[in-house]
Amino acid sequence: MFEGWDAVVLARAQFAFTMSFHIVFPAFSIGLASYLAVLEGLWLWTGREVFINLFNYWLKIFAIAFGMGVVSGIVMSYQFGTNWSAFSDKTGPVIGPLMAYEVLTAFFLEAGFLGVMLFGLERVGHKLHFLATLMVATGTLISAFWILSANSWMQTPAGYAINADGQFVAADWLKVIFNPSFPYRLVHMVLAAYLTTALVVGAVGAFHLLRDQHLAGPRVMFSMAMWMATLVAPIQILAGDQHGLNTLEHQPAKVMAMEGHYQSHPDGAPLVLFGLPDQAAGKVKYAIEVPKLSSLILKHSLDAPLAGLDTVPRENWPPVPITFWSFRIMVGLGFLIMGLGLLSLWSRWRGTLYEFRPLHLFAMAMGPAGFIAVLAGWITTETGRQPFTVYGLLRTVEAASPLAAPAVASSLIAFVIVYFAVFSAGVIYILRLMASPPHHGEQGPRSDIPARAAGITPAAGVITEGSAG
Amino acid sequence: MNGIFDIATLWAFIIAFAVFVYVVMDGFDLGLGILFPLFPEKADRDVIMNTVAPVWDGNETWLVLGGGGMMAAFPLAYAVLMPALYTPMIAMLIGLIFRGVAFEFRWRTLSKRNRWDIAFTGGSLLATLAQGIALGAILQGVHVEGRHYAGGWWDWLTPFSILTGLALAVGYGLLGATWLVLKTEGALRDKAYRLSWLLLFAMLGAIGAVSIATPFLHVGYAQRWFTWPNLILTAPVPIAVAGVTVLLLRSLANRRDHQPFFLALALFALSYAGLGISMWPYIVPQSITIWQAASPENSQIFMLVGVAVLIPLILGYTGWAYWVFRGKVRPESGYH
Repeated sequence: MFEGWDAVVLARAQFAFTMSFHIVFPAFSIGLASYLAVLEGLWLWTGREVFINLFNYWLKIFAIAFGMGVVSGIVMSYQFGTNWSAFSDKTGPVIGPLMAYEVLTAFFLEAGFLGVMLFGLERVGHKLHFLATLMVATGTLISAFWILSANSWMQTPAGYAINADGQFVAADWLKVIFNPSFPYRLVHMVLAAYLTTALVVGAVGAFHLLRDQHLAGPRVMFSMAMWMATLVAPIQILAGDQHGLNTLEHQPAKVMAMEGHYQSHPDGAPLVLFGLPDQAAGKVKYAIEVPKLSSLILKHSLDAPLAGLDTVPRENWPPVPITFWSFRIMVGLGFLIMGLGLLSLWSRWRGTLYEFRPLHLFAMAMGPAGFIAVLAGWITTETGRQPFTVYGLLRTVEAASPLAAPAVASSLIAFVIVYFAVFSAGVIYILRLMASPPHHGEQGPRSDIPARAAGITPAAGVITEGSAG
Repeated sequence: MNGIFDIATLWAFIIAFAVFVYVVMDGFDLGLGILFPLFPEKADRDVIMNTVAPVWDGNETWLVLGGGGMMAAFPLAYAVLMPALYTPMIAMLIGLIFRGVAFEFRWRTLSKRNRWDIAFTGGSLLATLAQGIALGAILQGVHVEGRHYAGGWWDWLTPFSILTGLALAVGYGLLGATWLVLKTEGALRDKAYRLSWLLLFAMLGAIGAVSIATPFLHVGYAQRWFTWPNLILTAPVPIAVAGVTVLLLRSLANRRDHQPFFLALALFALSYAGLGISMWPYIVPQSITIWQAASPENSQIFMLVGVAVLIPLILGYTGWAYWVFRGKVRPESGYH
């Protein structure tokens, strides 16, 4: 199956494969945890039954998605050692502590309070349960903080020195953590997670509104999701633009690849809308271009000169075709999401948010758009960093483990089979839950768990108060 | 740098602590998976699952701390051991995937014969054997050149590593059975008592077999255990094992539900201390000491601050979560 592939290429394929599967789950659970906290907070505040029904509805889905995120995440944390041992040895003193802090401040927090969040509403009472939900939501955000700091350090290393063993060591921890690309990446990723979740919630709401416009749950979730898309999509596009400018400053070759600029443009670079980058020939074939627009976007001046990959040694070129296309997919979807938000705003203003079928069909079609955009964005930033693992300092070929190709090929095949078998089943279970709308008296993940401790008076166990909603 | 209580030593104890907490906490989860086929009734299986459903994720997080902490505090050891243990590690990860998703998936499938129950058992057994084999492979030593692993990808497979794999499966089984004694009642608990007896004798046999085999792996292990004055430190371990065994037998005979689990934990702690005595001060036996593998001091200090503040906090809220779900778990129909 993989004859002729060397161990490094196989290890890269394995990382790309396992990472692509993994990132989908946290992207969803970061947003969903915050959404659940909002729903529970609204329920406690207003007492409306619709909010606790929605909370329990999405909690069941969260339980499945979170579990898949956990098990695929453990694979990531050990893969650094198994497949990228030279990387682990060299960067362990810098990256290792960031990941250790992720475990200590985020993973334990999420895991410790998850059980109470999933099964403990009747055992601990409303306020403590809300605290547990908030802790889980906070944990997902803290996790994003540390792992994106570690990733950003690999993109824009700062605050380091190199010791006698050839290891990176920290010279200034604040500079390591708050390295130049980190704030931009963190904002861009967290907003992406929120949008991804909003699009899923909106699609599920739209799906049920198409069948019955009067269902309370779908109306509320669709409206909330569309507010999110309306307000956050433009902010995200702005954040992405700022992230791009930051990349231009610190990783110019990545921006050249994203833009398809093989050649330098001394008096204003065109924006290549589409084309076929030809890495061997070093040019973009059949390019459709808008003159000088790239200089305007990146330098805020029509005639500003922009360097191309012809100024970069060829052995340091990132793979342009992948970076170029994944970037366009991400940006295209970003504008489509903003379009959905604007259409919903117009529909809301006209008072037809729950009746306007084309909007619901559009929202349904956009359900997976967040996942695709997140994956495309990650492919852009990770392939754009190549051929380096630590940008400019450690080449990917120097980072791999001293393993025989058959070992890596076998584990890659095993992961492909297991991931498709396990995670497709999980997605089917999630879709099955989504297929029915939230209803009156919606139950949490399992009603049989709160087998109460002997001799303990149960906390006020009124989950559904029929007074409102 | 060779002081007795420097920061590298402290970190060796922290990592050892994280791995130990993982072993005992996920140990009983995995043990339940291994024992699952012995409980064919769906009602029993539901109860067994519910005893750990609220806490298994937190238990597994200690494995991530052990691995991530090792990369941070002893990157060289992490970089040498992971490729050396390549196949067992991949097998463990795949086992943990099947085991982990089964907790939710088994309640979501519509089919009568629940294939996620099979995944739960298969995944638990695979992960356990892989962990035990990895332990054996570390003890027997790995081939290191420079800063790299230099052996092949089947070096880990020896009769000794198979023995440690099976021994760990027996030990996790004992933890699982005594956990059920603690958390269930009625016929389910009676069966757990019978299994505890069986598994205790099997575990004593396994401890004996590994203890006899280990000194033959390397002359250093034999000297560590059987020479004077080391005997002053090493002799109490087997004596304590004997003492805990007596207490455990008594608690099983007198059916004190809350005792056997904690005594089984003590047995694990003693076996673990024995391992530590054998390995010290190596982190990769006979080739890399904890000082050679240690991160620069500023990395270790930076993390130490977090560990000092956060580990007590983590133990606090984890304890609270266990407290919330304390007591016997009953089948849905049985509680009122």
